[in-house]
Amino acid sequence: MDTQTLIYLFVGASFALYIGIALWARAGSTKEFYVAGGGVSPVVNGMATAADWMSAASFLSMAGLIAFMGYDGSVYLMGWTGGYVMLALLLAPYLRKFGQFTVPDFIGTRYYSNAARVVAVVCLIFISFTYIAGQMRGVGIVFSRFLDVPIDLGVIIGMAIVFVYAVLGGMKGITYTQVAQYCVLIFAYMVPAFFISFMVTGNPIPQLGLGSTVNDGSGMYVLQKLDLVLTDLGFTEYTSGSKSMIDVFCITMALMVGTAGLPHVIVRFFTVPKASDARKSAGWALIFIALLYTTAPAVAAFSRLNLIDTMNETSYAEAPGWFKKWEANDLIVWRDKNADGKVQIAKGDAFKGKPEFTDGAGASGERVVSNEAVADNANELYVDNDIMVLANPEIANLPGWVIALVAAGGLAAALSTAAGLLLVISSSVSHDLLKSTFRPDISEKGELLAARLAATAAIFVAGYLGIYPPGWVAQVVAFAFGLAAASLFPAIFMGIFSKSMNKEGAIAGMISGLVFTFGYIFYFKLMVDPAMNVADNWFLGISPEGIGVVGMVINFAVAIAVSKMTKSPPVEIRKLVDSIRVPRGAGEAHVH
Amino acid sequence: MADNSPEHETSAAEGAYWRENIRLLVTLMTIWFACSFGAGILFRGFLDQFMIGGYPLGFWFAQQGSIYIFIALIFYYVVKAKQIERKYDLDD
Repeated sequence: MDTQTLIYLFVGASFALYIGIALWARAGSTKEFYVAGGGVSPVVNGMATAADWMSAASFLSMAGLIAFMGYDGSVYLMGWTGGYVMLALLLAPYLRKFGQFTVPDFIGTRYYSNAARVVAVVCLIFISFTYIAGQMRGVGIVFSRFLDVPIDLGVIIGMAIVFVYAVLGGMKGITYTQVAQYCVLIFAYMVPAFFISFMVTGNPIPQLGLGSTVNDGSGMYVLQKLDLVLTDLGFTEYTSGSKSMIDVFCITMALMVGTAGLPHVIVRFFTVPKASDARKSAGWALIFIALLYTTAPAVAAFSRLNLIDTMNETSYAEAPGWFKKWEANDLIVWRDKNADGKVQIAKGDAFKGKPEFTDGAGASGERVVSNEAVADNANELYVDNDIMVLANPEIANLPGWVIALVAAGGLAAALSTAAGLLLVISSSVSHDLLKSTFRPDISEKGELLAARLAATAAIFVAGYLGIYPPGWVAQVVAFAFGLAAASLFPAIFMGIFSKSMNKEGAIAGMISGLVFTFGYIFYFKLMVDPAMNVADNWFLGISPEGIGVVGMVINFAVAIAVSKMTKSPPVEIRKLVDSIRVPRGAGEAHVH
Repeated sequence: MADNSPEHETSAAEGAYWRENIRLLVTLMTIWFACSFGAGILFRGFLDQFMIGGYPLGFWFAQQGSIYIFIALIFYYVVKAKQIERKYDLDD
């Protein structure tokens, strides 16, 4: 069977599996819709959390990002795992003990105020929509790359699939499809990684391979050789990185705290039976995530080495098949600046901006772009970040079914995250806005119907954002973390660890953290010339990616100052905090 | 807890349990900070002169080690927190 047929087969089979699971796990009550009935085992929930967490960006783009960032890529590795320690130790067990359905539920009840609840809903919707637009776009891109359909049609197919299992199954359907999606995506990630590691180092375990010697008889360690090769070509050392220490520190912190404050992650811990299970579940989630996250840096280093080894000073005519295939798919561009027919790799951009392909062919038969060439460096190669994972199976000469598996894995990663996000959006609308704020007399059936309608509406909005991505989506999708760190995390944290934090403080804190962080990002990313977005102009040298940390500090400071000047919370709230702190008596998730 | 006084009092067992829990949390979060922000970022330059296999040590902490330590921290807390809760008869 040819590769294309295999891809259709694998993707089709995985979709059939997800829909089958959704039909089997239909939600019959709001409790099943919001928290899967509250009886999910910690291991199963850990696996679902891992799939929920790892998006198309983790699966496709992260290894490529690290490959080009070297040490600086550590911000993603530590940032997107360290947040689970905060979740397990500081938030998850207490929120589970509290035992309601959503994050705004906790904030609204703990701060005895519908205003606080609505502020939390606004933060949640803002964070989740910035995140989900990127996911739907990701679904479309994976479709277009592997299945040869236009991106827009890919988005629509993705919407239809998510519609079936998110709207029908709610949290229950999503949980069990995410378990299946985790299995697909991790298998798809690991198989090529084993082969690449074996090919480069002779050790099939990527985590060990990255610390081993290269398999070329030179006796050099992988990282040593990579440093040497890169400095020869004029790049900075792979193990050194080029971001300032304070920026690396702040970005890592913003990603960690943001992870702990992301509503679609937190809500997964409402689905386990007990408070102590929430801790365990976070541990399992991190194990499942770590499998991919400790492999990614190895894949990154191997592919960077491979790319340079294979392509530098190689004539275009002799380039391997994968090079031309991904060139045909717009992910690789070679611009022969010195007209010698060979590919040169060096520091700097080959040309300005994203490639704009034209119809003609160059002297060696390569595809031509209309972008203006950058003349002050010798680099001739443009490579999209995603290529490192996408091209792996072909670089390692793996059979067609592995390529098909990677396609199914990329789709699983994008769909599982999109579904999780859709669910928190719909439950915050039907539960927090409708049931708790505006229509408290709504019946159980009515609320379930509202949840389904809200999920449907959210899918259409997400699909629209995926098909017509506004400029800001690509710009701010990474900032969902900064916003979560600056708004929701401090409010939840103080709600548990401080008995004197009151509603005035929490609301003022959330608003000031959100406004400051959003304002800073908006200013540097959308208002000023991109040339102004450099360290010299940043506050303390902190980039917009890391500014969520400052927003968080502002949130804490404002909240504490305001709470000192206003009335302390009522006695019932102090009792509530006491009861959240002890695990005893955590029933199933229920409405208070 | 039958507590009708306007000033709510936390029970002695709950107070002692919470203080012990906080002490444990402070210790674990210190390790969390030390392995990631400490070894992986602030002291990376110094640690990179040592090697662990083919990894410079600081680089290893940043891209591998801190993740393993995170997992160990969570499972240590799972066990330890349970013990503390049992000690004060507050487990679930």
